[in-house]
Amino acid sequence: MDRRIFGIETEYGLNYVPSDGRRLTPEDAARHLFKPVVEWGRSSNVFLGNGSRLYLDVGSHPEYATAECDQIDQLIAHDRAGEMILLDLVEQAEEELADAGHRGRLFLFKNNVDSAGNSYGCHENYLIPRRTEFKRLADMLIPFLVTRQMLTGAGNLVKVQDQTRFVFSQRADHVWEGVSSATTRSRPIINTRDEPHADAEHYRRLHVIVGDSSMSETTQLLKIGATDLVLRMIESGEIYHDLRLENPIRSIRQVSHDFTGRSVVRLMGGDEPTALQIQWQLLELVSDFVARHGAHNEHVPRVLELWERTLNAVESQDFSTIDRDIDWAIKHKLITGYARKNGLDLDSHRVAQLNLTYHDIDPERGLFHLLARRNLASTVLTPDQVKHAVMNPPATTRAAIRGKFVTAARATGRRYSTDWVHMKYEEGPGGVVLCKDPFATEDAQVDELIELMRQPV
Amino acid sequence: MSQESISARSNKQTQGQEVDQQAINVQGTDAGVDDLLDEIDSVLESNAEEFVRGFVQKGGQ
Repeated sequence: MDRRIFGIETEYGLNYVPSDGRRLTPEDAARHLFKPVVEWGRSSNVFLGNGSRLYLDVGSHPEYATAECDQIDQLIAHDRAGEMILLDLVEQAEEELADAGHRGRLFLFKNNVDSAGNSYGCHENYLIPRRTEFKRLADMLIPFLVTRQMLTGAGNLVKVQDQTRFVFSQRADHVWEGVSSATTRSRPIINTRDEPHADAEHYRRLHVIVGDSSMSETTQLLKIGATDLVLRMIESGEIYHDLRLENPIRSIRQVSHDFTGRSVVRLMGGDEPTALQIQWQLLELVSDFVARHGAHNEHVPRVLELWERTLNAVESQDFSTIDRDIDWAIKHKLITGYARKNGLDLDSHRVAQLNLTYHDIDPERGLFHLLARRNLASTVLTPDQVKHAVMNPPATTRAAIRGKFVTAARATGRRYSTDWVHMKYEEGPGGVVLCKDPFATEDAQVDELIELMRQPV
Repeated sequence: MSQESISARSNKQTQGQEVDQQAINVQGTDAGVDDLLDEIDSVLESNAEEFVRGFVQKGGQ
């Protein structure tokens, strides 16, 4: 697809650290965090004026699902806007807790594991044509996703054979199947839940749940941009060498745990390429595809350059060329530098704290943000783009309709409800409007609904 | 911030400058990170073990 709808769902880890010894359970902390949301939305599951969805998910994880986006920088801005919105809630919650006599700090982590090894996700959504055969798509996409962590993993410290190691991915150790409909117990790489939030005759929503959350905007760019390119190639119907894996789950862990990129990935056909060789082959195919069909957006050259540079860095084991661009490499430099300077081992508590605090979304104390402030992390966006995304829906997708509806409805104070495709005025006539086209930016029926809401009852 | 921690930080900064010079000679870009490594301790919660262990939540999706 030349123009694709994207969305990212990010679940955050949450921890309240008391300074007066009075602890709060994650459930209680989440309840305080969402108090302002429940006050205006009458629910802990709401759609915001910027078209996004904000809610409390399984396990009391605050979750932010971006509005429908059709450009990658727009998507990155809307995912970052989620951090801003949650930071604002943190500030309000800390004040409210202080008024109630609790002194402490609330931490939100944009990562994918807690300290007991529980995982929570960062789910990517890509609108794909229904005509693309799903089995073929999964067969071609899984080898890419299993090795993609070398490009876009967030880095983690994991005990492998009694030794703490730096690995590429947070999520790789928590995935148990290639393709399935599960999300919490036996998590797959691709989830098959078939809710397109669009005309199901023409579209399907590809739900990738194997990725790590990204702190770095450039890592996010590569994660979404490279996946979009591989999808374009698959959608075109072009055939390439069969890369189906014999055991994707064994491979995904091996690839994550081997920082050299030289772990062998056994294919169904019996071949045994390394993770790097698979990635090089895919990059070559994609580059060739782009050379023949042209770049479909202005980010393609940067995505391809970053992809190649990252593979070269893993190949040469010289990470200095990507240590401002790729989350695992940024974090690796920070952790190894700190450990060396302070004479610490990788299994020390302080190093574990760095591994966690890299993902703290607080701009003052989060370590990624500390690096970014010192220009040690590359950016894709201007700060204005993020600010704009906090208040405004993407203008080029259905989110514009939803955002307009939610903003207007809130201004009238009337009761309404909405989801990804429906908009409903709950008082008086008018009923429900169904917006099936995610590319639509205007809807006359929704405008009528808004007019109705503005009239005196 | 206490007087002690201020002087500790300024000492580190002086040492840091020497290290920075070497780092610039070798790799050219490490000065910023080296400064940052000094700053990290001032932003982290002091009890690392308790901080990390305390972060346990049920799994999500």
